[in-house]
Amino acid sequence: MDAKVTRVAGTGCVLRGDDIDTDRIIPARFLRCVTFDGLDEHAFEDDRRQAKGNHPLDDERFAGARILVVGRNFGCGSSREHAPQSLMRWGFQAFVGESFAEIFFGNCVALGLPAVTLPRAELDRLMDAIELDAKQELVLDLAAGTLASRAGVQKIAMPDGARRSLLEGTWDATAVLLEAQDAVQRTAARLPYVNGFAA
Amino acid sequence: MAGRTLLDKVWDAHTVRELPSGQTQLFIGLHLIHEVTSPQAFAALRESKLRVPFPERTFATVDHIIPTDSQARPLADALAEQMLQHLEKNCAEHGIRFFGPASGKQGIVHVIGPELGLTQPGMTIACGDSHTSTHGAFGAVAFGIGTSQVRDVLATQCLAMARPKVRRIEVNGKLAPGVYAKDVILHIIRKLGVKGGIGFAYEYAGDAFDAMTLEERMTVCNMSIEGGARCGYVNPDETTIAYLKGREFVPTGAAWERAVAWWRSMASDAGADYADRVAYDGPAIAPTVTWGINPGQAIGVDERVPHPASVADDERAPLAEALDYMDLKPGEPIAGTQIDVAFIGSCTNGRISDLREAARVARLGKVAPGVRTFVVPGSMEVQRQAEAEGLPDVFRAAGFDWREPGCSMCLAMNPDKLVGRELCASSSNRNFKGRQGSPTGRTLLMSPAMVAAAAIKGRVVDVREVL
Repeated sequence: MDAKVTRVAGTGCVLRGDDIDTDRIIPARFLRCVTFDGLDEHAFEDDRRQAKGNHPLDDERFAGARILVVGRNFGCGSSREHAPQSLMRWGFQAFVGESFAEIFFGNCVALGLPAVTLPRAELDRLMDAIELDAKQELVLDLAAGTLASRAGVQKIAMPDGARRSLLEGTWDATAVLLEAQDAVQRTAARLPYVNGFAA
Repeated sequence: MAGRTLLDKVWDAHTVRELPSGQTQLFIGLHLIHEVTSPQAFAALRESKLRVPFPERTFATVDHIIPTDSQARPLADALAEQMLQHLEKNCAEHGIRFFGPASGKQGIVHVIGPELGLTQPGMTIACGDSHTSTHGAFGAVAFGIGTSQVRDVLATQCLAMARPKVRRIEVNGKLAPGVYAKDVILHIIRKLGVKGGIGFAYEYAGDAFDAMTLEERMTVCNMSIEGGARCGYVNPDETTIAYLKGREFVPTGAAWERAVAWWRSMASDAGADYADRVAYDGPAIAPTVTWGINPGQAIGVDERVPHPASVADDERAPLAEALDYMDLKPGEPIAGTQIDVAFIGSCTNGRISDLREAARVARLGKVAPGVRTFVVPGSMEVQRQAEAEGLPDVFRAAGFDWREPGCSMCLAMNPDKLVGRELCASSSNRNFKGRQGSPTGRTLLMSPAMVAAAAIKGRVVDVREVL
């Protein structure tokens, strides 16, 4: 399998609102589990129930969407990877927003999911364009740093290290980190507390 | 040459190498795990046939799902029991120390790490829990991670990370009586916003933090993540060293002397460069209460719920959404808001000093009729200390429900939950929609003393009027 994530194409789903926390993405009671299987069923469960069918995830126009378009500070709060896991299992392969909370962002990268940002005005244009025509294909080109839609070709941003790890296919970090086992031992040996501050 | 911050020193000391992506391969000195975010990580190790190369650098406990009425096995909730069994089995299989209820050292992971002396200055500390920032109180670089990263730490003792910038946050001057560490951090988040800290580590400095105990500093650092900062720290000083001395995992004798010297050397240099600096006036901080659905939506207890017209354009919609959810009226004083539930506990405010302050208030009255209460020590050690000081009797005499240690109603993964639209005065860290177990439940964050005062009066009150 090629782990390189260079491009995500598909329709979008617009989820407006800022500071949407991971408790809302996946309420804590669904964390009583030892696998991530089936979490997609509970994505945004309480918000959706309260929206009585009017939540974007229940909007037929957005059925089958691959790119979730969100506001500012998306994924704040709890570190639970269950949040991006539930959205990934729902079918989303990338996120576009004004900003992402850091732990959520790191979790997305660790799952090979790009989370890219647009300035507010550009994001608003994109959201409006998708809502006008939800069936249009969006193309996120991570190498070029662009998102193409009926809103035009927009310049997206993503922290460079994370972007490169997706482009180079090293986002599943275990293998990369394991390469340096000798260096890890040397670093550990240099840290006085690792040996209990022995003389 | 410009001085270096603690963040820089710790980062450099733990850098294994720069990765081709430009991120750092960072050695993790202390890894803490619990039952919720680790089972899938262990499953991934098993699948990849990986072992744990540094099992002595990982420690486990059970906190999120543990009931606070009875910890007797099997746990009443079969899913909770299954999670606990997985953790026990995974720890045994990989040679990881597990501080379960039978050890007498169980508790919230961010309470037991410090009290056992596992948390030390100059370390990198990671845990699959966003409130890992708590450990920064010791001058450690401590941050929350997701389950894939828990797997990475187990398998390699390292993480691939980008170095954060450092913002120095000074609070100078003496805090007024009745104003606590909780009020200071709520004030900071109110000022800087819930996303203001993205990309930053927060360095807390100034008279207010210098004067704080380690437990108070933990309360502040704990909520760094609520301000968007993945980690926050206070430079180690005499208070830090005095706290550590004699704790179980802290070195003794000549090793202690070497440890103290190294810890001191990790503090930020006087001339260090900061990406940003802000300063607040300590005496101006009031007891602070949240009125909305994120921890930045906070006001002084003597203030009124903000009006949509009073805020910037891009704040108006979130404000209206919060008021609607909370069913609070703009322009009304927050004091006087009726409460249904009072929760004292959590990794933010479940330590002995928190319980002492709450008990001080509990001695002055009885819980108001109709208010449900939960007083939950952060660990078995906190519970023992509280018992030695007679605090459970103080709480019980005032009509508070004294419970067993755990995360409890902070996130309601165990049976402790809000019901329906109940409104909870809470010493925890998050007032998100549905956070405390009812999809429509409501939370007002405040200090433990303020929660105790609210429990007695049945409504939000200024603790300064009660003490």
